[in-house]
Amino acid sequence: MSLVHKGRAITLVGLALLAVDYVRALAFTPIERLQGPAQKIFYLHVPAAIWTEAAMVLVGLAGIGYLFLRDPRLDRFAAASAEVGTVFAAIVLTTGPIWGKPIWGTWWTWDARLTSTLFLFFLYVGYLLLRGAVVDPGLRARYAAVLGICGMFLVPFIHMSVYLFRTLHPQPIILKPSAPSLPGSMLATWLFSLGVFSLLYIGFVTQRYALSLDPTVESERTAGHA
Amino acid sequence: MRELVRQAWTVAQKDLLLELRTRTAIVSAVVFTALVLTVFNFGRDPTAVATIDLAPTILWVTFTFAAMLTLNRAFQLELENQALEGLLVSPLSRTSLYWGKLIANLLFVAVVEAVGLPLFVLFFNVPVSHVLVPLVGVIALATLGFVAVGTLFSALVIRTRFAELLLVVILLPFLLPPLIGAVQATARLLDGRPLSESVGYLKLLAAYDITFVSLATLLFRYTVDE
Repeated sequence: MSLVHKGRAITLVGLALLAVDYVRALAFTPIERLQGPAQKIFYLHVPAAIWTEAAMVLVGLAGIGYLFLRDPRLDRFAAASAEVGTVFAAIVLTTGPIWGKPIWGTWWTWDARLTSTLFLFFLYVGYLLLRGAVVDPGLRARYAAVLGICGMFLVPFIHMSVYLFRTLHPQPIILKPSAPSLPGSMLATWLFSLGVFSLLYIGFVTQRYALSLDPTVESERTAGHA
Repeated sequence: MRELVRQAWTVAQKDLLLELRTRTAIVSAVVFTALVLTVFNFGRDPTAVATIDLAPTILWVTFTFAAMLTLNRAFQLELENQALEGLLVSPLSRTSLYWGKLIANLLFVAVVEAVGLPLFVLFFNVPVSHVLVPLVGVIALATLGFVAVGTLFSALVIRTRFAELLLVVILLPFLLPPLIGAVQATARLLDGRPLSESVGYLKLLAAYDITFVSLATLLFRYTVDE
């Protein structure tokens, strides 16, 4: 089985489980008392947000690896992870307002957390633009590694800014120093969602990685850039 | 260490000498600062928004925009007549080269800020004399961080197409943490509140400076080596 088929298979399993996850979240998980059905978006929003940040960290780690080992596979992985991270950031930025409208009464507010996620999205876009602007593959890999590493170190700063402000955004209820403060059934659904999103991340990245190995695709890309 | 600093100072001196002979970049940047401050005056309704509420924003947007304009200059001028190759083959460590560029950029931005701050006080009638020392401290702390990142990135983009535009696009997400810290600390200072209230933001600025000055020092050689 070739890599692209493997990636496709993982993605299909992930998508099928995502459907199961929807059913579980909508029909078999209790409705939150204060927020009502709007809270269901939590099962999509938070795992996507976690993978948005994790993907950037992986881009940075791949960058460090690349600068030491000069292995083009690491660069291809970083490119794949960045593209998938961009998509996940877009998911976070779409699901957030859908929840915000009924709960806050506004689609968007310049809250610290929203702003920082938006900037993480811009960071991804900048990274992809830089990759697009450098024609030579070796130079591109090196430049992208430098920016990716800086991006990885920016993530904690973006994350920290949340704690410095009074924010409208709900405080973390699972990934926090004390124990998760939500009922077991909700936690179970959430963990399932996290698993599904992890699978989707792996599936997407594998497919994108396989695509960058395809000589016809790559030559089209560079021809387009030249 | 002493040798590194000495070499860095030589590089900075060279840049400053070049600038003193032509004065194009620094004069443009200073005029730009004055213009932005003037434009801000027309971009607000003085009867609706008190100047003091808008003051930190005006100050920091002006400073960051002016700084980004001057950052491009650092490596752009080395492209002429392959001056960069000359610098790279000279017995000059990469760290010194980066520090030299960083020092020159910092002095540049400091000149722009030294002109911008009095103009800001004059145009917007914001009293700063009672908080001048802490305010200058906050400005210095924030400037160091974003000029360090900006100097590294200006070396990344020089060989790409649309270098000026790309620098702004990849740099702005990195400006968010220092900008937030600087604006919040400035707002508290201008409000006449004690510096101790801004400790969180000052720590953020200090952590950002330490992280990104070290990171940029380590990563710089990957941006210029062939």
